[in-house]
Amino acid sequence: MSITVLKPGLLTTVQDFGRFGHQRQGVVVGGAMDKLALRIANLLVGNHENAAALELAMQGPALRFEQDQVIALAGADLSANINGAQVRLWRPVLVKAGCILRFGKPAYGNYAYLAVAGSIKVPQVMGSCSTYLRAGMGGLEGRALQKDDVLYVGETSETNKLVLSALLMQAKKEAEFTEASWWPEPELLPKYEPNPVLCAMPGLEYHWFSENSREYIWQQKYKLTAQSDRMGYQVQGTALALEEKRDLLSTAVTFGTVQVPPHGDPIILMADSQTTGGYPRIAQVITADLPKLAQVQPGGIIQFEEVSLEQAQQRYYQQEKTMLALQQAIHNKLNQV
Amino acid sequence: MPQPALHPSLFLSPLGDSAVVLQFGEEISPAIHQRIRAVTHLLEQQPFRGLVDFVPAFTTLTVYYDPWELSQQGTTDAYSEVVRHLEILVEQAAVTAAAPARVVEIPVVYGGTFGPDLQEVAEQAGLSIEEVIRIHSQGSYQVYMIGFAPGFPYLGGMDARIATPRKAKPRESIPAGSVGIAGAQTGVYSITTPGGWQLIGRTPLRLFDPSRQEPSLLQAGDRVRFVPITEADFLSRKEEQA
Repeated sequence: MSITVLKPGLLTTVQDFGRFGHQRQGVVVGGAMDKLALRIANLLVGNHENAAALELAMQGPALRFEQDQVIALAGADLSANINGAQVRLWRPVLVKAGCILRFGKPAYGNYAYLAVAGSIKVPQVMGSCSTYLRAGMGGLEGRALQKDDVLYVGETSETNKLVLSALLMQAKKEAEFTEASWWPEPELLPKYEPNPVLCAMPGLEYHWFSENSREYIWQQKYKLTAQSDRMGYQVQGTALALEEKRDLLSTAVTFGTVQVPPHGDPIILMADSQTTGGYPRIAQVITADLPKLAQVQPGGIIQFEEVSLEQAQQRYYQQEKTMLALQQAIHNKLNQV
Repeated sequence: MPQPALHPSLFLSPLGDSAVVLQFGEEISPAIHQRIRAVTHLLEQQPFRGLVDFVPAFTTLTVYYDPWELSQQGTTDAYSEVVRHLEILVEQAAVTAAAPARVVEIPVVYGGTFGPDLQEVAEQAGLSIEEVIRIHSQGSYQVYMIGFAPGFPYLGGMDARIATPRKAKPRESIPAGSVGIAGAQTGVYSITTPGGWQLIGRTPLRLFDPSRQEPSLLQAGDRVRFVPITEADFLSRKEEQA
């Protein structure tokens, strides 16, 4: 059971939820930039939601499936096709052995997820399969995929087999691939916007900033620059300034932390955020809005909207309830076939 | 937003919806460090349900949690739950004797190709190379926190006589194990990375190795001593590791 990499794509890595419990050793959490999309892709093929999958950045790879394989794509729309025929996101797809999955021009978003039934088989390092490029650990030999790499697929579970049998029932003999005739209701799927408003809580050093800066952060439209990657998204706007010069002793930062270096343009820390940093933290994007943020393309315009801790928690709970509903919907679908 | 907790000078504040920051003070001090160490130790011994991770730093302890689990699937207030757990630990920590610090010896080849900036450090300090080595290796250093990179220790306690500003132009690649000075700090590069520290030597030890049970050689709370070794010692220790 394997997949051959014909073309690696811009930055294709193995990711799961990330590495937890080691931040005190300076080990970044990493993991998928858009966790919601990763979770859904995995659920659609019958995997555990935290299973190792491929994260495809902007320009996807070309992959040949060496055996019949159930897959699902989620997250960014990178114009996927199988042997030249368009294939849709957010649903299970049965691909015949020998078929090639390719990608075209990104239609929206940055990061797509390719889940395979049985999950990508790589060893766990410190409890996670996520690739952490800077320390060369996790994923496939601690690096992004390269041409001629061979990825192995793990054993399939009972749930994986249910997805497969549902697809086999509708598959036509001559078809190179079969998209499932069902998919989740749109309200259960993430809503991406090219220019989103992101909910954020005031950060730990919010009150260090000048009165003007404390207004700007909620009023400005920020442009996402090309200096944006898995570690952080750099945005541009009117420079923010502290009320008076103060130094922050290095302290914890995390995915969603909006920190302000001396030049005054905020950096929003992303999945590969360092564990600690020394720049004042003006805001913290709420967890529920991180997937939306991850998919904003360079040049996109974002705005922050101030929310309370209570509102942030409610949004978190709401997102988890939606995921439960999605899981239930998939379960019902598979068990009625 | 910060709210005073049980102990004067301790503040708890949310870092978003999935973490809480315990702020023990405003400056680097051994006393604050010991308090953070005590709470961290209890957190390791008595993790609560929904605890995800924690990061001790100079004056803070940041505790990451899973709001969904702590709120019993959104039925209670996750933040109040996590604060309740932490307040119990802070109370306990106040009456618990701190475990003695581990002392870790780090062998270092000073100077030569392993420490290309040793001469510059000596000149800036108006000392001989031998004096710089003696001062650096006689110190006992406190590991305040691990951060910046996997296994990278922030060390306190360097003798002010050998403090040296960073390089004007950072190097593109500094080998793992390099021992350096930046301002009043000393440290050891744990992975190969760009950096601007003045390099005075190198250790054959791996400060970070993901294949070890404890990947980071050091942890917050340890004490470090640097022990001068020869280049021959360095090479044989490297061979032993390989």
